[in-house]
Amino acid sequence: MGRDEPIVLGIETSCDETGVGIVRGHTLLANTIASSMDEHARFGGVVPEVASRAHLEAMTPTVESALAGAGLRFSDIDAVAVTAGPGLAGALLVGVAAAKAYALGLGVPLYGVNHLAAHVAVDQLEHGPLPKPAIALLVSGGHSSLLLVPDVAQDVISLGSTVDDAAGEAFDKVARVLGLPFPGGPHIDRAAREGSGSAVAFPRGKYDDGTLDFSFSGLKTAVARWVEAREASGEPVPVADVAASFQEAVVDVLTRKALQACARYDVKDLLIGGGVAANSRLRALAQERCDAAGVRLRVPRPGLCTDNGAMVAALGADLVAAGATPSTLRIPADSSLPITVVHV
Amino acid sequence: MTFVLVLAFDTATPAVTAALHDGERVVAESTTIDARRHGELLAPAVEQVLRESGATLRDVTAIVAGTGPGPYTGLRVGLMTATALALTAGVPAFGVCTLDALAYAAEESGPFLVATDARRKEVFWARYGDPRTRLDGPRVDRPHDLPGELPVIGAGGAMYADVIGADRIRGPLHPSAGALAALAAGRLATLSEEEAAEIARVPEGRVDSVEKARELSVLGPPRPIYLRRPDAQVPGTPKRVTA
Ligand SMILES: [Zn+2]
Repeated sequence: MGRDEPIVLGIETSCDETGVGIVRGHTLLANTIASSMDEHARFGGVVPEVASRAHLEAMTPTVESALAGAGLRFSDIDAVAVTAGPGLAGALLVGVAAAKAYALGLGVPLYGVNHLAAHVAVDQLEHGPLPKPAIALLVSGGHSSLLLVPDVAQDVISLGSTVDDAAGEAFDKVARVLGLPFPGGPHIDRAAREGSGSAVAFPRGKYDDGTLDFSFSGLKTAVARWVEAREASGEPVPVADVAASFQEAVVDVLTRKALQACARYDVKDLLIGGGVAANSRLRALAQERCDAAGVRLRVPRPGLCTDNGAMVAALGADLVAAGATPSTLRIPADSSLPITVVHV
Repeated sequence: MTFVLVLAFDTATPAVTAALHDGERVVAESTTIDARRHGELLAPAVEQVLRESGATLRDVTAIVAGTGPGPYTGLRVGLMTATALALTAGVPAFGVCTLDALAYAAEESGPFLVATDARRKEVFWARYGDPRTRLDGPRVDRPHDLPGELPVIGAGGAMYADVIGADRIRGPLHPSAGALAALAAGRLATLSEEEAAEIARVPEGRVDSVEKARELSVLGPPRPIYLRRPDAQVPGTPKRVTA
């Protein structure tokens, strides 16, 4: 970890967080986030135009605060990395425009990177170099993916993903049904601590279908149906038990398929990332099942799991180290960038 | 006179346009009409006008971006680029209404309107007394609600010629960064030498000069003119899944 490793500025704007991170190699120097979540909360979901407006407002102060936090000047930056996709098109575009201008203005290389690969790369800031290969389970409001990662800077293979809702989306929708605030994840996690995960036997979509895909839409509907039946019969809704049982169904499927992937590809390292990785029950059950299967589990701390700029900078640093060709100033923001494209 | 090199660009319409102006003339300009690729085309256009004129960003004394109104996705590309370039180069960034740049390029002696495409069957428009004087607007309305009689500059008129009347339609259709830069350079030239020097003195990574310029009120801040609220509805109670 030498002082002469490149200093990379990372920009992330794929959803509602304006994230700016700075790394030197795999050393984290700054990770500053401005979130527009409060503006979205009353709409019950992220409103793309609101997010895009907020990114434009927040970018300059967030960059200034990241530089100040790292004790650096702009002229210390050796490369700029930015999320080029996937994500909300208009939101991505603000970050890509900013990153191009920073790279052009500083005369340093630009790396447009894949958001999902960045979720994987970020763990190296906390736990050191990634074993090759590793399996990654990425779960958030926007994605639910299982990846085989031979080399995060060059080669990421999709093993499965959700066929309908993202896991985090299911948390949001069930929270609404239970009268809990948006975003639903932390509120369900908290409510569930007072309830029993086996109180209600909710369905586990695609549990035994042999694929590594997920489905959470049926589960979400089953919860709504169960709650409505309770209300119709005039009985109180046991919020804690419903939250715990729903959460158990989600994390049961997620961890089951993640360990199936490890077994199928004979991989001994599992990484969990994305906002839902902050869920306490997911962490506990994943640890339990990894221990039983002899798989090492890596989960970055919550601040690195949710969308942030450090993850983009971390992947940028890997690309610089791997001698990857920098992106041109012509790269587009690609809202549906496939995971196989680690950098554009 | 204080040395001036204005880098200007606009992405509030289908035109992706960038130019450099040295206080007397446009020294380089690049314009591409492509409503869907602002994010891809702007940074290369900036790079190109700098290269063509043999200047670097360090030589630039002010960055000016069109503030719209215009469809938001493209508009933000220009403003984000302006503030980000300014931050790295230690140069102040300013904003000028895009319709003012179109008006500035108009060859009209009397009053006229400027209109651009606002999508959803509406136009962004403003009314001018002469090419340098905006009297009303900008606003967003349906084309048949534009005040009658006056000539209409810009694509927002041309695309609704059947409603507005073909005899009222005039060019140019799109703003040019050359006109935007000339307009901004002209306004900056009205500052005293001390004021201009104060604006140009921006420490690395600071945007104080924008505030200073707003006090001096010759150019505005690089902030978008949206004119519409985001489309979003506050949800009611969740929809029932059982009948
Ligand atoms: Zn994410």
